[in-house]
Amino acid sequence: MSSSSLPLPRLSSVSIQTGDFDLSAEVAALRRGDAGVGAVAAFVGTVRDRHAGQPDAGSISALELEHYPGMTERSIEAMIDDAFRRFDIRGVRVIHRVGPLQIADQIVLVAVTSMHRGESFQACEFLMDYLKSEAPFWKKETTADGAGWVDARVSDETALQRWGIVSGNATGACA
Amino acid sequence: MQIHIKYFASLRESLGAGETLTLDTPLTVGQLRDQLIARGEPHAGALARGRALRAALDQTMCAETAALTPGAEVAFFPPVTGG
Repeated sequence: MSSSSLPLPRLSSVSIQTGDFDLSAEVAALRRGDAGVGAVAAFVGTVRDRHAGQPDAGSISALELEHYPGMTERSIEAMIDDAFRRFDIRGVRVIHRVGPLQIADQIVLVAVTSMHRGESFQACEFLMDYLKSEAPFWKKETTADGAGWVDARVSDETALQRWGIVSGNATGACA
Repeated sequence: MQIHIKYFASLRESLGAGETLTLDTPLTVGQLRDQLIARGEPHAGALARGRALRAALDQTMCAETAALTPGAEVAFFPPVTGG
């Protein structure tokens, strides 16, 4: 929590895009013009070639991401608002790719700036946990058996519960 | 009143992108789901009560008790799997 009476800079932006992103350029843009930044935490999610719990390399050959245009941006912006309330952070950048993706492609970026490392580490993890269980994206993966929609993981719901939030994924529509 | 329904992911594949409906009586999101199920296949299977589905009203996650208002956009979809 801030003891300053002056409002902190509050920089945030969300992009949903088919194209790739450049981590260095995004972090540079997020830090630019804010000399109060002493820490940057950035998470990049990438496309794996295998399932969780199945060590067979190469079992997944491609991935496609669908989303709910409009709601996706709104829901992530609401999560960022929540992060600014919970943590003493200065800037947030979220990029999530949609459409067809290949193995090893970057899927998602969450980058957070703060004065000290603790807040940006925490806020970055909070935002990823939140996004995994509450942002309207759906993955369809192609394997040797054909294409199929990916099931939600209980471990993602458990991760969100750490922050005192019950995932609607766990409870269905009656959240 | 008119409402707009959207489907995503596996539901979109079964039921199409969505439709606009005219309702005679006010409904909750859950009651709308039941009315769609009552049409029979493919809605009955895709929206079946045993399936874990989520819903959004005007682009915000909602409970099935949420009431539809004129012009509302309601969406049904499977649990989300982004990130």
